[in-house]
Amino acid sequence: MTDKIPVTVLTGYLGAGKTTLLNRILSEPHGKKYAVIVNEFGEVGIDNDLIVGADEEVFEMNNGCVCCTVRGDLIRIIDGLMKRKGKFDAIIVETTGLADPAPVAQTFFVDQDVSDRTRLDAVVTVADAKWLAERLKDAPEAKNQIAFADVIVLNKTDLVSADELADVESRIRAINPYARLHRTERAKIDIDEVLGRNAFDLDRIMALEPDFLEEGHHHHHDEDVQSVAVTLDGDVDPDRFLPWINDLAQREGPNILRSKGIVAFKGEPKRFVFQGVHMMLEGDLQRDWRPDEKRTSKIVVIGRDLDRPSIEKAFHACAA
Amino acid sequence: MSQASAITSLLDHVTALDAGAHVTGAAFVGDVAALALGDGGVLLASAGETRRVEAHPGGAVLAAVAQGGRLITGGDDGRVVAIDAAGAVEPIGDEKGRWIDAVAVRPGAVAWSCGKHVAARDDKGSVRRIEAPSSVRGLAFAPKGYRLALAHYNGASLWFPNTDAAPEALSWKGSHLDVTFSPDGRFLITSMQENTLHGWRLADRKDMRMSGYPAKPRSLSWSHDGFHLATSGADAAIIWPFEAKDGPMGKPPRECGVRPAKVSQVAFHPRALILALGYEDGAVMLVRLTDAAELMARKPDDAGPISAFAWDARGTRLVFGTAEGAAGLLTLP
Repeated sequence: MTDKIPVTVLTGYLGAGKTTLLNRILSEPHGKKYAVIVNEFGEVGIDNDLIVGADEEVFEMNNGCVCCTVRGDLIRIIDGLMKRKGKFDAIIVETTGLADPAPVAQTFFVDQDVSDRTRLDAVVTVADAKWLAERLKDAPEAKNQIAFADVIVLNKTDLVSADELADVESRIRAINPYARLHRTERAKIDIDEVLGRNAFDLDRIMALEPDFLEEGHHHHHDEDVQSVAVTLDGDVDPDRFLPWINDLAQREGPNILRSKGIVAFKGEPKRFVFQGVHMMLEGDLQRDWRPDEKRTSKIVVIGRDLDRPSIEKAFHACAA
Repeated sequence: MSQASAITSLLDHVTALDAGAHVTGAAFVGDVAALALGDGGVLLASAGETRRVEAHPGGAVLAAVAQGGRLITGGDDGRVVAIDAAGAVEPIGDEKGRWIDAVAVRPGAVAWSCGKHVAARDDKGSVRRIEAPSSVRGLAFAPKGYRLALAHYNGASLWFPNTDAAPEALSWKGSHLDVTFSPDGRFLITSMQENTLHGWRLADRKDMRMSGYPAKPRSLSWSHDGFHLATSGADAAIIWPFEAKDGPMGKPPRECGVRPAKVSQVAFHPRALILALGYEDGAVMLVRLTDAAELMARKPDDAGPISAFAWDARGTRLVFGTAEGAAGLLTLP
């Protein structure tokens, strides 16, 4: 697990400041070496790093799952990069502005060779403070990028008023309350806030206040992408929970963009942690519950047209 | 074991080599063992001596295949070069920094691909080019005629580089990776992203599905008589029968060399029904097909999966390398 190479996926709608952020990351004196997978050569390039051009070839897996798309070029490139292991510390994948992040994220679930050797560290989405609200209305890609994010860099905050900023933040929160949100100008941000996040260890979902979530939710009922979070105090019966969550992913997969959870199984000293993209789920037992930690189970589903009451009811029915 | 009185192990017949980087390909060039490396170098080993050639300086060798007395390598520096047994490097092609994803050879000719782009260079040095419908992962020349198979998304294409005719398309949904012709030229086989092999009988384009693998079968090797195709991707080598007119259609494969580790490389002996198996735990074993007798040539260790294999032409030596840079030369007693 520990020697897996961390991968950061950098998304963001056209003009949001993705390349600016990437160049900023690469030019910092961080002492690390990155392999950067880009779609267009020329815009980035720092001598010390390995820049690889990608074709963004998305294909469907022939496994009967309609939403199971992956980035074929990414599988090929990571296969090649692993032959030069030791020559870089981490991988950054830059996607084009119009890209759906799902195939990129799914690649790290679907391909065994890729998931054996790398781990998705975080999906970082750069958003334009001035134009995001507009894009959320007319560009489904922009909405997916926000929904998928573990870290959101809200850029160009100097170009909007305080009210506009508050409004765009509440729109982001309505879609994805769990991402860490940073306000920036010219994508200026401490790179530790973007890389090496280990966002997929998901502790953050436990820390968030439910009140805060509800507030964001009520303000923007018009968003079709929403998050459903359900908390259960105490233990969960794995024999009920696992079949249910798998069935939910199968049935609602096309509507589910991201799912995450930390669950306390009855009689199990370790925390069960899972995450998913569309129909794909991946989970395992991680560290022990600490003595001072309350055994609380929590799941979060971000997606379209989710049936909140039924998800709540079904999860509560898994109580041990 | 049937010959217990003779040899029980080959462990003492291996000379260790220090490759120092991920071994991405192996071959014999004449009498010299050659290992292509993930740091751009090629290690040449003969008679107790090793030397290093910088084939792709600062890069990585992504594909390597022997062509008579030379090793042809493709690198992530976009170059295709030929290296002879003396270590001389001759440039063959240059794709300006784009990764060379696959290389294939036939006597006198070399083909390579980068992304969708495929180039074929004939024995006169004339290069023909073509764009595939999607990125090409594997290339193979037909055993007869100047004809090249391309494996890509949703099928394979058969291309005659010296004609202007469009490539012939063989369709099958999914992502096709490695590709190989049966030695008699009757079948084309691909390995797939979906942990399966696909095949076409070329005469009538009948599809063959060879499935059930727990992992991608990325290593494919034909027996010298062309009757067997050995594959990696399971906790044993999976061997498909091709002796009958219908090939493996309707016939189960056989398994050999079952161990508690996945097979990562297979290589048939060039003259006998003996299969060399390399495993993900670093073990190397020889199995005789006729009686399933097994001989261990390398014990499992922590030096990574076996990532490359090659027999010499006579079948007296086997060179192998691992993903962590260990390597060795087995000389049969």
